[in-house]
Amino acid sequence: MAPVKNLREAYGQALVALGRRERNVVALEADLGKSTRSILFQAEFPERYFEMGIAEQNMASTAAGLALAGKIPFMHSFAVFASGRAFDQLRNAVCIPGLPVRICGSSAGLSDFGDGKTHQALEDVAIMRALPGMTVLCPADAVEVGKMVECLLDWKGPVYIRINRNDLPFVCPEAEPYRIGKVWKLREGTDAAVFACGVMVSKALEAAEALAKEGVSVRVLNVSTLKPLDREAIVTHAAGVRAIVTAEEANIIGGLGSAVVEALRGVRHAPVEFIGVEDSFGLSAENYEILLQRFGLTAAAVADAVKGLLEKE
Amino acid sequence: MVNSDTVKRLDRIALQLRADVVEMIGVGKAGHLGGSVSLGEIVAALYFQKMRFDPKHITDPNRDRFLLSKGHAVLIQYAALIEHGIIPRAELKQVKTLAGVLQGHPDMTRTPGMEAVTGSLGQGLSIGVGMALGLRLDGRSSRVYVIMGDGELAEGQVWEAAMAACRFKVDQLTGIVDRNRIQATGPTKEIFDIPDIERKWESFGWHVITVNGHDVAQVIEALDAAEQVKGRPTVIVADTVKGKGVSFAEHNAAFHNGIFTEEQYRQAMAEIETRRAELEKD
Repeated sequence: MAPVKNLREAYGQALVALGRRERNVVALEADLGKSTRSILFQAEFPERYFEMGIAEQNMASTAAGLALAGKIPFMHSFAVFASGRAFDQLRNAVCIPGLPVRICGSSAGLSDFGDGKTHQALEDVAIMRALPGMTVLCPADAVEVGKMVECLLDWKGPVYIRINRNDLPFVCPEAEPYRIGKVWKLREGTDAAVFACGVMVSKALEAAEALAKEGVSVRVLNVSTLKPLDREAIVTHAAGVRAIVTAEEANIIGGLGSAVVEALRGVRHAPVEFIGVEDSFGLSAENYEILLQRFGLTAAAVADAVKGLLEKE
Repeated sequence: MVNSDTVKRLDRIALQLRADVVEMIGVGKAGHLGGSVSLGEIVAALYFQKMRFDPKHITDPNRDRFLLSKGHAVLIQYAALIEHGIIPRAELKQVKTLAGVLQGHPDMTRTPGMEAVTGSLGQGLSIGVGMALGLRLDGRSSRVYVIMGDGELAEGQVWEAAMAACRFKVDQLTGIVDRNRIQATGPTKEIFDIPDIERKWESFGWHVITVNGHDVAQVIEALDAAEQVKGRPTVIVADTVKGKGVSFAEHNAAFHNGIFTEEQYRQAMAEIETRRAELEKD
């Protein structure tokens, strides 16, 4: 069977597979199961599935209670609600005791292109990263979603996983053994390094391809684990190049760019440019691609940022 | 009927818990006296009579759970855990210090015997729903007790949890509302009046019992009755006196999180001792 390209579908399938492996896996939903694809889990394990209604705060604290009773709860909503509406509940009941609650922030970033500002999550990375002990994941394609979810059975502590709503190109090598926390080098290069996550990984690879034709050699890294960030790997991959660009589908304040620069503190490094959303909310648009263009989240923007830094030398 | 020896024993324990709370607060330091001592009999009834719970095996998966959603009242829970020998008595003297294990609010990462992290109000009942669901999935009959404040009922999440508990027929869960009628800044009637508390819970589908929260026999009878109710959760609305047992703190919002002078401290202890002597005479 060919793997699905849709990240939500891949998530739902991976959750079912986990449910088969471990009976302590339970799922909670806030009336978005058809969209988050948690309904796949419901169909197979109805007794371990809790439809909590449109009440995200109660869902988060209930997940904490289930974890305290020995379960591994996966809670679901759109990223903007999972991270924002239930923030205090996640902070206090889940993160302080470090419970193994898995928070699926679905339709993350601008990927819910039609629904506009209220439903698009651009600050979720920053707020989840700020919680002590929270693991923050942003998979780049459907294959990576599956591998990540598989790791969530044994991973210690709370996890926020950011799931794109749409089909994305395959970018992750399938054969490699997967682990959370690794920075994945998808392309070698010597002039610049681009650290990307989520949908921007494929854009970065596209940019690298275009720049290669102009004689610029670009290294592309998939930083799908935003936290805990492998600081040593960031330093290693940032070494030996003359330009560093980060690319993310999130507010640049507190996102991947911030995390990379935090990792590089105290070491000499090439100049850094951020590609991301410049402190703004989203917008409704006809489709995902034109919305990404509207906010400058394109391969061309990544390529321009690389060239801009190299030209400044 | 609860026998008179049990009532006497629990009344004595409630007094001891109050004395411990007063000692923990000490002189010159702020402490949540009022809402802690209003729970004296309720905590005594749960920790020393009703809950299936072995102080020697506090992680036994079949234990009953105690969640203090109104986490600021944690001093009374510390007192119960001290009396059970779960927390060393020496910790009484170092509440809310870097050297101690007794934090300002329930913190399971620091304090033995705590079941969750609560204190950001409105969250305990939801945690209790999740615990009860998890216990039920494992076929355990453990009960989950969640203590809320009456002021806390203004938090919308309480009612989200109230709906969920009925939606999932969580009859292993018992809620207790400590209706002491005073919140942080004054009487609930003046600050944020929530009328018809019993009718609200009833309309959400809960079985409701109202008791005098300082009458241990009534409290235990209500807890027993709650255990017999199947298919839905029960809430016990307990009428209590904020600051109970310390005359100048009773019904007094200043002792929601007040500071004892040396003289007030001595008076508080003396009043508890007087009451203890009266009980011994009975």
